[in-house]
Amino acid sequence: MAVASSDVSAKSKSRRPRPKRPGGRRPLVALAFLLPALILLGALVVYPLVDTIAQSFQDQDTRQFIGLENYRRALDRDNTITALKNTLIWVILVPGLITGGGLIFAVLTERVRYGTAVKVILFMPMAISALSVGVIWRVMYEQDPDRGLVNAVIGAGVDTVKGQGAYPNATLSGEQDLEQPNAKAAVTSNQELAVGDTVTFGLVSITDEEVPADAEQAVAPEGNEGAITAVVWRDFKPGGGTAGEIEEEEVGLPNVTMELLDQSGEVVASETTGSDGSATFEDPGGGPFTARVAASNFDEGFQGFAWLAPALVTPAIIGAFVWGGIGFAVVVIGAGLAALPRDLLEAARTDGATEWQVFRMITVPLMAPILGVVFITMTINVLKLFDIVYVTAPGGSINAANVVALDMWRTSFQARQFGIGAAIAVFLFLMVIPIMVLNLRRFRRDES
Amino acid sequence: MGGHMTRSRRWLLLIAALLIALPACAGGTPGDDEDDGAAEGGEGGEITVAAVWTGVEEENFTAVLDAFTEESGVDVNYQSSDDLGTYLGTQIEGGSPPDVALIPQPGLMRSLAADGTLVELSDDAQAALEENLAPGSQDLGAVDGTQYGIYFKAASKSTWWYNTAVFEQAGVEPPTSWDEMLETAQTVNSSGTPFVSIGASDGWPLTDFFENVYLQSAGPEMYDQLSTHEIPWTDESVISALETMNELFSEDANLAGGISKTLQTDFVTSVTQTYTDPPDSATVYEGDFVAGVIGGETEAVVGEEADFFDFPPIEGESAVVGAGDVGVALTDNESAQEFLAFLATPEAAEAWAEIGGFISPNLNLDPSVYPDEISQRIAETITAASESGAIRFDMSDLQPAEFGATAGQGLFQRMQDFIRTGDAEAIAKALEKDAKAAFGE
Repeated sequence: MAVASSDVSAKSKSRRPRPKRPGGRRPLVALAFLLPALILLGALVVYPLVDTIAQSFQDQDTRQFIGLENYRRALDRDNTITALKNTLIWVILVPGLITGGGLIFAVLTERVRYGTAVKVILFMPMAISALSVGVIWRVMYEQDPDRGLVNAVIGAGVDTVKGQGAYPNATLSGEQDLEQPNAKAAVTSNQELAVGDTVTFGLVSITDEEVPADAEQAVAPEGNEGAITAVVWRDFKPGGGTAGEIEEEEVGLPNVTMELLDQSGEVVASETTGSDGSATFEDPGGGPFTARVAASNFDEGFQGFAWLAPALVTPAIIGAFVWGGIGFAVVVIGAGLAALPRDLLEAARTDGATEWQVFRMITVPLMAPILGVVFITMTINVLKLFDIVYVTAPGGSINAANVVALDMWRTSFQARQFGIGAAIAVFLFLMVIPIMVLNLRRFRRDES
Repeated sequence: MGGHMTRSRRWLLLIAALLIALPACAGGTPGDDEDDGAAEGGEGGEITVAAVWTGVEEENFTAVLDAFTEESGVDVNYQSSDDLGTYLGTQIEGGSPPDVALIPQPGLMRSLAADGTLVELSDDAQAALEENLAPGSQDLGAVDGTQYGIYFKAASKSTWWYNTAVFEQAGVEPPTSWDEMLETAQTVNSSGTPFVSIGASDGWPLTDFFENVYLQSAGPEMYDQLSTHEIPWTDESVISALETMNELFSEDANLAGGISKTLQTDFVTSVTQTYTDPPDSATVYEGDFVAGVIGGETEAVVGEEADFFDFPPIEGESAVVGAGDVGVALTDNESAQEFLAFLATPEAAEAWAEIGGFISPNLNLDPSVYPDEISQRIAETITAASESGAIRFDMSDLQPAEFGATAGQGLFQRMQDFIRTGDAEAIAKALEKDAKAAFGE
C-alpha cells in the first residue's frame, strides 16, 4: 500500500512543473476529476497507514497510548530479529542476483540462434504465481531423493561414486562382547582370536524385506581347524527373542563384508558371509586377531540434503525466488538491449574494442536506467516478500525463514498481537522509504 | 474432523482467499445478504444454527436437523463457516447472531461467555443434559459454574494408531501402559521399523502428546490448574511429565528417520509414512481424525491394516484428552433451547452416528448404532473417561492464541525445542516466560 501511494504521488508531483497544463486555470474542475481517486487513496491507503502507525503506539486492548512499548516488545522477540536479519540478506543479495543474472542472460540470448525460445523458457516462471512457485519448490527441495528433484539429481551423482551397503539401518543388538562407537560405524568384537576360534555378531533393525530370500537359519559356529569362523545373524524373531543368543527362526545374514584385523589394526583379510551368515578366514597366520563387520555394510547411500531445514531454508527460498523472477529481468533488459543504438556498438568495434570492452563501456552504461528499474522493482518485491516464504518453509523452519512482512502477519493475525504487529509494519514502512526516495529522484531525473 | 486439522487447513484457505480476494475487498462484506428476522423465531417458527461442518459433514448434520424439525415443527436454517470465531464475531457485532452455534474451540466458548453473549441453558435443556451426559462431559459445556452448552460431537486425542502388519512381523501386541509401550518400541525397532512417527514440524501434534502425558501423569486437577496458569510451567509435575515424554523421544532409534527428520515431518506425512510400503514407522500418534487421513491419503483400510490403541496410561487409570463441538444458544429463544435439549438426546446422536464419522459422548446411545468397530471403541473410551471424570479438553485450545495456537512460538515452538534438546528444566522455564507474557502477568 505504501508503495502504491508514493508511486502515485511521485508521478503527480513530477507533472506539476510541466509548462503546458490543460485546464490549469480551473482548480475546481481538476479537483472534481481527482476526487474519486483521492477518496479511494484515502480510504485504502492513507487511513490504514495512519491507523497502523497509531496502533503501533497503543495498547491493543485499551487503546491507550503506551509510547514505544510495542516497539520494545517487537525487538525483544527472536522472531522479529530473525525477520529483520533475513530481510536484510534478501535485500542485499536478491536484486543484484536477478539484475546481474538477467543482464547476462539477456546479452547471451541476443547472440544465440534461438534466443527468443530461450527467453520464452526463462520467462515462463513469471506466468506462475509466487504461491505456486513456493509449492513447486517445496516439493523440489524434499529431503528424500525419491521425492525431491534437487536431491535426486545430486543423489544420482553421489550414489554412482559411493554405493550402498547390504544392511543400511542395522545396528548392534545388546548383551554382546561387541563394540560399535556410533551408528553406521563398524561393529568390532572385543574378543582376541587365534586360529580355530569362532566369533558371532548379532545385528538388529533389519526389516524382513531387507533379509535376502536365500538367508538360512543361523547356526552357532563350531571351531574350524586352521581357520577363524565368524557368524553374522539377525538377532531378532517375532516378539524380540533373547538378545545375543542364536535362536530358532533367527537367520544368518548373507553378503556381509567381514574383516580380520591384526594387532596394529591393519586389515589382513576380508570375506563375505554366505547364506547362513558365516564367513571363514582360512590360514590367517599367527594371531592374535580381532574381527569386525565392516562399516561399508551400513552405508545408506545418499540421504539427501535437508534444504528446508533451518540452516539452509533462506538460501533455498532465495533460489526459488530467483528462478521465478529472473525471467522478468531478462525480458525487460532484453527489450532495452534491442533498442540500443547499433551504430555506437559498431563504432566501438571498428575502433578495435573487444567484446568485453563493448559490454562494459558501452552496453552497461547505456542500459543503466533500465537496470535501475529492474533493481528497484526487485528491491520492492523483496521487501514485501511474504507468500513464497509462507508456502515453502515447513513449520519447523518457518522461524528461521521469517521475513518482516511475514512476521507482521503472523504476529497480528496468528498470535493476535495487533500492537506489536503494527510496530513491525512500521519497521517495514521505514525500510521502504529510502527506496521510495530513490524512485522519486529517478522519476524527476527522467522527466527533466 | 479434528479441530487442529481444520485449523491449519483453514489458515491455508484464508491466505489463498486473501491473495485472490484482496483487490475485490471494496466490494462489500460477504454474508451481508443473509436473511435476518430469523432471530425472532418463536413457536413453530425458524431458528438459525451455525457450525463448522461443510460438505459430507454438513449433509450428515442435516440428518440431525431434519430429525429435530420432524419432532418439533421448528424449521432450521443452517449456516456453516470454516472460521466460526470470525463469523460469529461479525454476526454478533452486526446484531444478528445465529440462535445456536456449535463451537469447536472451548476458548471461543469461554470468551463469548465472558462477553455475556451466551444464554444459560433452560431448565428443560438442563434436564435433558443431566439425563444423557456424564458429569465429566457436562462440565465441558460450563464456564465458571454456569452451564451454557451441550457437548454434542466428541473427538479423542488419546488415540495412537499402528500398522497392524508391522506389529505382527515384530510379534508384539498393542501396549496397555507407558512402560509396556517403551518395551514394545524396543522390540519394534529391532524388527527393523522405527517405532513412532509424529508431525513435529507442525508443532501441535507434540503439544497434544504432551497434554496426554501430563493428564495421565499429573491428573485432571493439576491439568485444570495448568490450563488456567494457576500453577506455573516450572512446576515439578511439568518437568516430570517432560522427562517421561523424553523416555520415548530421546531414543533416536524410536523415531522415524531420527530426530532431525522427525522435526521436518508434518502431520499428514506422519500418517502416510506409517502406511506406505515398506512403512517408515510402526505407529503414528494423533487423535481419531487420523482415520480420515488414512482413508483419504493411503491405501490402508481402517480396521484392517490400520488400528489404534488408547494412549497408554502412565499412572493408574487412563484419561482422555478430548475435543469436540459444544452447542450453545446466542439468543434468548425458546426454540433454541428446545434444539439444545434435542442435541442432548440419543435420537439426535443416533441420526448422525449411524451414518459414520461421528462420535457421541451420549451415555444412552446404543453403541451398536456405530457402523464400525473403531468408532465404537473410541466412543467407549470417551464415555468411560467422562464417567470417571477423567476427560479434559485440549489444553492448548484454552490458552491465549499467541501461547497455545501459533506455529513457531509458545507451546508449539517449545515442544519442538524440547524434543531437540531434551532439557526439561530449560524448556519449563522458557514456557513459563512465554505463558506469563501471554496471560499478561
